[in-house]
Amino acid sequence: MNFISDHLLTLILFSPTLVALVLMLIPSGNKQALRWTALIGSLIPFGLSLGLWAGFDPGGAKFQFAEQANWYPAIGSSYHVGVDGIALTMVVLTTLLTVISILASFSITEKVKAFMALFLVLETGMLGVFVSLDLLLFFVFWEIGLVPMYFLISQWGGEKRNYASLKFILYTMGGSLGLLLATQMIGVLTGTYDLPRLLELWPAYQVSGNVLFGLPLATVKSIAFWAFVIAFAVKVPVWPFHTWLPDAHTEAPTAGSMILAGVLLKLGAFGFIRLVLPLYPAESQQYAGWLAGLATLAIIFGAFGAFGQNDFKRLVAYSSINHMGFVMLGVAAMAAAPGTADAVIALNGSVLQMFNHGLYSAGMFFLVGVIYERAHTRDLSKFGGLWALLPVYGTILIFVSMASLGLPGLNGFVSEFLVVRGAWPVLQVATALSMIGLFFTGAYTLKGLWTVLHGPLNEHWKGHLTEINAREIIVIAPLMVLIVVIGVWPAWILDIINRAVSMWF
Amino acid sequence: MTTESLIWLLPLPPLAAFLLIVLFTNRSKALSHSLALAGAGTAWLGSMIVFFRAVGQHDLAENPIHISFNWLPMVDEWFKMGVMIDPAGAVTLFFVAWTVLMIFIYSVGYHNFGQPKGDHDRPGLPPHGATVGDKKHAHKVPSVEPMYSRFFALISLFAFAMFLLVVSDNLLLFYIAWEIMGFCSYALIGFWYGKESARNAGVKAFLTTRVGDVFMLLGIVGLYSATGSLNFHEVLGNPDTLAKLAAADSGVLGLSLAGLLGILLFIGTVGKSAQFPLHVWLPDAMEGPTPVSAMIHAAAMVSAGVFLAVRTFPLVSAGRVGEELTSAMMVMAFIGAFTALFASTIALAQNDIKRVLAYSTIAQLGYMIAALGVGAYVAAVFHLVTHAFFKALLFLGSGSVIHGMEHGVLHTGEKIDPQDMYNMGGLKDKMPVTFWTFVAGGLALSGFPLVTAGFWSKDEILTGAFGGHHWWVFGTLAVSALLTAFYTMRQITLTFLGKPRTKSAEHASENKTVMVGPLVVLAVFAVGAGWAGIPEKFPLLGGLIPNWFGEFVGSMLHEEAHHAESIVPLLTSLVVSLGGLYLGYMVYRDVKQGSPDPLARMGFLYKVFKYKYGIDELYHDVFIRPAVWISEVFTYRWIDKGLLDGIIEGIGKVALTLGRLVRNYIDIPLWNEGMTDGVGGGVRRTGDALRPVQSGRVQMYMVLAVLLVLVASVLFLFFAA
Repeated sequence: MNFISDHLLTLILFSPTLVALVLMLIPSGNKQALRWTALIGSLIPFGLSLGLWAGFDPGGAKFQFAEQANWYPAIGSSYHVGVDGIALTMVVLTTLLTVISILASFSITEKVKAFMALFLVLETGMLGVFVSLDLLLFFVFWEIGLVPMYFLISQWGGEKRNYASLKFILYTMGGSLGLLLATQMIGVLTGTYDLPRLLELWPAYQVSGNVLFGLPLATVKSIAFWAFVIAFAVKVPVWPFHTWLPDAHTEAPTAGSMILAGVLLKLGAFGFIRLVLPLYPAESQQYAGWLAGLATLAIIFGAFGAFGQNDFKRLVAYSSINHMGFVMLGVAAMAAAPGTADAVIALNGSVLQMFNHGLYSAGMFFLVGVIYERAHTRDLSKFGGLWALLPVYGTILIFVSMASLGLPGLNGFVSEFLVVRGAWPVLQVATALSMIGLFFTGAYTLKGLWTVLHGPLNEHWKGHLTEINAREIIVIAPLMVLIVVIGVWPAWILDIINRAVSMWF
Repeated sequence: MTTESLIWLLPLPPLAAFLLIVLFTNRSKALSHSLALAGAGTAWLGSMIVFFRAVGQHDLAENPIHISFNWLPMVDEWFKMGVMIDPAGAVTLFFVAWTVLMIFIYSVGYHNFGQPKGDHDRPGLPPHGATVGDKKHAHKVPSVEPMYSRFFALISLFAFAMFLLVVSDNLLLFYIAWEIMGFCSYALIGFWYGKESARNAGVKAFLTTRVGDVFMLLGIVGLYSATGSLNFHEVLGNPDTLAKLAAADSGVLGLSLAGLLGILLFIGTVGKSAQFPLHVWLPDAMEGPTPVSAMIHAAAMVSAGVFLAVRTFPLVSAGRVGEELTSAMMVMAFIGAFTALFASTIALAQNDIKRVLAYSTIAQLGYMIAALGVGAYVAAVFHLVTHAFFKALLFLGSGSVIHGMEHGVLHTGEKIDPQDMYNMGGLKDKMPVTFWTFVAGGLALSGFPLVTAGFWSKDEILTGAFGGHHWWVFGTLAVSALLTAFYTMRQITLTFLGKPRTKSAEHASENKTVMVGPLVVLAVFAVGAGWAGIPEKFPLLGGLIPNWFGEFVGSMLHEEAHHAESIVPLLTSLVVSLGGLYLGYMVYRDVKQGSPDPLARMGFLYKVFKYKYGIDELYHDVFIRPAVWISEVFTYRWIDKGLLDGIIEGIGKVALTLGRLVRNYIDIPLWNEGMTDGVGGGVRRTGDALRPVQSGRVQMYMVLAVLLVLVASVLFLFFAA
C-alpha cells in the first residue's frame, strides 16, 4: 500500500501506457477482449485518481503527492510531478473522460487494437501535462499528446481526415516552436527547469545591464511571453488561432472529438494558468488588454461561427471556441488584476468552466456521434422532427444542450456566472461585449435543437432510426449526473479550486 | 414545522413531480397527472400556510421570514443561498399558488383525459380527434393529447421555477429560477414541436427574453461587485447601501450606479414581461396549449418580470427626492405607458380570441411598469395580483371557448379556425358557465367600477400617476384604459352575444366540470380580490373594509408618497371604463358573418394595428437576417475560411513551393546527379573491384582472416609500444 500511495501520480500517469502494452499481447481478431481490456484498464487510472482526490488536502501544501527523480541532471531537468487543486480537477476529468470515451468507442470495428492502444497512450500524454512540475517534462508530454491524436484522426476519421489531421498536428506543432525555444532559453538562463524554483527565479530574473542577446531584457521577456501565449492560444483555441479546430473535430472519430474537446483544449488553458500567469506576471499585466480582447473575439466569433454552420458536428466544434473564450476571459481578468478578489473569482470560474466544458462538450460530441452512426449524415437540413421518433435521445440531447447553453441549475451557468462576475469590475467593456456571444450561445444551441429534434418530421427517417441503446445511455449518464450535481451543488469542487487559486495568486 | 423550513420545501413538490414523471411514470397518463396535481396541491397548501403565517407577523417588512446556507465559495467568504418571505413575496405567493393549482386542474380536461386515442395523432402535433362508434354511427370526438405525461412534467417544472423565484432571497437564485422558467416556456410554447409555427414561437420566446437576460446578468454581477451581496434584504432593503449607489457615478450616460444597475435589471423585466421593444414573443406564445398561455400570461412568466421590477424598485428609485423621478424611473414610466397604449391599439384589430388577450396582457403589464415608474409601488403590486387572477381566468376561459368550438368543428367537419372570434357568436347559451366567468374576467380587465378587482387596482395606478403630477403618464394610461374596455367588450360581444355565425358555433358545447370549475374559482378572485385594497379615502366605500393590502405591502417602502386628494382620477376611470364598454357593445352588437370589422373604416390606421406596426417584419430585416449573414457569410466564409485559413494554407503553399525549389534546383542537380550518382558510381566500381575476393572458397577466407589478424596484431603491438 505504501508503494501505491507514495507513487500515486506516477501510477496514474503510466498505468494507461501499461494497459496499452497489455493490449499488444491480445490477438487483433479478438475485438471484444480488446475492448473490455481497454475499458477495465482505463478504470485503473480513474480509480486511482479518485483516490488522489480523496487523499488531497485542499488546505494543505501547494503541490501534493509530489515525486522527484533524476532525469537529465546535466541540464537541470528532473522527473518532478505533483498536483495542486487545479491540476487535480483536470486529472480526474481526464481519467473519467477516457473511460467514457473508450466505452463510446465500442462501436469502432476497424483496427480496434491500435485504436484502444493509441487512446491510452494519449491519456498518459495529457495527464503528464497536468502533473508536470518541470518545464522540460511539461513540453515533452505536451508534444506526446499530439501523436496519438494525429493517428486517431487520420486513421479513423471522416472523409477529409488527411487534411484535418495534418492541419491539426502542423498547427499545434508550429505553435509550440516558440514554446520550445522560450523553454530552452529559460532553462539556459536560470540553470533549472524545475517549476517551483522557476516560479521564484524567472519573474525576478535580472541581468547586468538589462541587455540579453543584444536586446533589452524586457523585450526578450515579452517575446518569450508571446511565445508561450501563442503555443497555448493555438491549443485553447483562442481566436484567431482556431481554424484547425472545426476541421479536426469534424473529421475525428466520436471518441476522438470527445477527448479533443473534453481534455485537449484544456491543456492550452491549463498552460495559461500554470505557466503564463505565474511565470510572466508583469508581462501578463502589460498585455492583459490583448488577452481580454482575444477572449472576447473568441466568445463572439465562436458563437457566430457556430450559428453559421449547417453541419451538426461543426456547430458543436465552434461552440467550444465560444465556451473556451470564457475561460480566457477569466485568465485575462487575473492577468489584469492579479491577486484581487475579483480576479480570483474570475479564475475560479475559468477552472470550473474547463471542467464543465469537459463534461458537456464531450456529451454533445457523443450525442452527435450517436445520431451520425445511425443516419450517416450530420447535415442539419436533412433532419427535422426527430424527437417524435427518438424520445429518449431527444430528451438527453435537450438536457446536454441546455447545460452547454448555460441554463442555471446545470453546471455551465455556475462557471460562466463566476467568470462574468469576476471579470466585470476588471474588464468592464470586454465583459459587456462578451454578452453578445452569450446571447448567440443561446441562438446556436437552439438551432441545433430546432433543426434536429423539432419542426415537421422528415418522413425519410421513419423506421430508419433506432433509439439510443443501453451502452450509449451508460456513456452519457455519468456526464448528466455530474452536470446536475455541479449545477445544483458546486461547492464540493469549487472549494478545492478556490483554495488552489487563492494560494497561487 | 417552522415557517422557514416550510418555505424551503414549497417549490419542491412540483420539482419532485417533474422528476418522477420524466423518470418513471411517463407511460401512465393517470399516474402522471396525479403526481403533478399532488405536487401543485401540496405547494398550494404550503403556500397558504406560509401566507397566513406571514400575514400574522407585524414587522414582516423589516424582518422577513428568512433562512439561508452557504452555497458557493467566493475567495474568503461564501455566497449564501436562501429563501425569504416578505409582504411583496407573500401576496405574490398567494396568487401564484391559486392560479397554478387552477391551471393544473383545468389542464386535465383541456388535454382530453379519458378520451380515446386519436386516429392519426402522433407526438409533436396537437390531437386531431378520434372516430368512435360503429361504421353506421361513426362520429368524431376529441382525442387525448399524445404527449399528456410530458405536458404535466414540464408544467410542473414551470411551477417549481415560479415558486422558487417567489421565495428566493437573492438575485442569483432569482435568476436561476427565472432562466429555468424561460426554458419551460420555450419547451411549452413549442410543445407541439412538429408544428413549424409552434417551434418558431418557442425559439422566439427563448431568444427574445434572452436579450433581456444577458443585460440582467450584467446588472446582477454589477450589483454584486458594487455591494458584495445579492441579498434583497441586505442590499435593496438597506438605505445606506442604496444611498451610496445613488451617489456613485457609473460613467455611462451620466447615470448614477444605482440607475445604471437598475436599468440593466429592468431590461430583464422588459424581456420577460414583454414590454416594448421586446414584446414580440408574447403574442406568438399562444402557439402553446392554452393552460401554458395562462401560465405564461398570468401565473408565472410575465408576473415574474414585474415581480423583478417590484423587487428592484428600491434600486431604481434610489436617490429620489420628493415627486422628482430618477432617470431609471423615467425610463420605466415611459416604456410602461407607451407599451400600454401601443399594445392596446394592436389588440383592437385582432380576431384571434387568444391574440386579443395576449396584447391586453402586454398592455396591463405596461400599466404595472408605468405605476412603478411613477412610484406607485403598492398600486403596481396590487394590479399584479388582480391581473394574475383575471387574466388566468380569461385565458382559461378562452381555452374553454376554443375547446367548445373544436368540439363543434369535429362534429360538423367544417374547415374553420376555432380561435377566430368571427366564427363564433351566440356562445352565451351554449356555454353559460364559461360565459359568465368570462364576463367577470372581462369586466375586471376593463376596470368595471366597484364590483371588479381590476377597477380598484387600475384606479390606484391612475391616482398615483395623477397625484404625482405625471400628466403624460396619466393621460396615456387613461386612453389605454378606454381602449382596453372597448376591445374587451368587442371580444365578449363577438364571442358570446348575438347569433352563432357558423355551424360549429351552433354545435359548440359547454366543457366538463374539471375545466369550468377552475373558472368559477378564479372568477371569485377576479371580483373579490380588489376588496382587499379599497383606499380609505374612497368616497362612501372607503374605510368600510380596511385597506389591508395597502398597509401590508406598503410597509415595504421606507417612505411613501402622500398625494393630495382629487376626484379627477376616479371620474376618469369611471368614464373610460363604462364608456369603452358601451362603445364596444354598440359597435359590435350585430356583426354578421363575413362582414368586415367595423373598425376597418379607419383605413390605414386599422391596417397598422392589424399588422402590429410591422415590428416582426422590421426585426426580421434589421436583426435576424443580418445576424444570419454575419454568422454564415462574414464570420464563417470570409473570416474563417477566407482570411484565416487563407493565411494558414498560404504558409503551407509557400513551404511547398520552397521545398520544390530546393528539390528541383539543389537536390536533383547537385546531390542526386552530382554527389549521389557520383558516390553511387564509386561504390559500384569499388564493389566490382572487390568482387573477386568473395569467391565462396572457404580456404581463401581463412587465409584472409589469418592475414588480417596478423596485420592487426602488428599494428596493436606497434602502437601499444
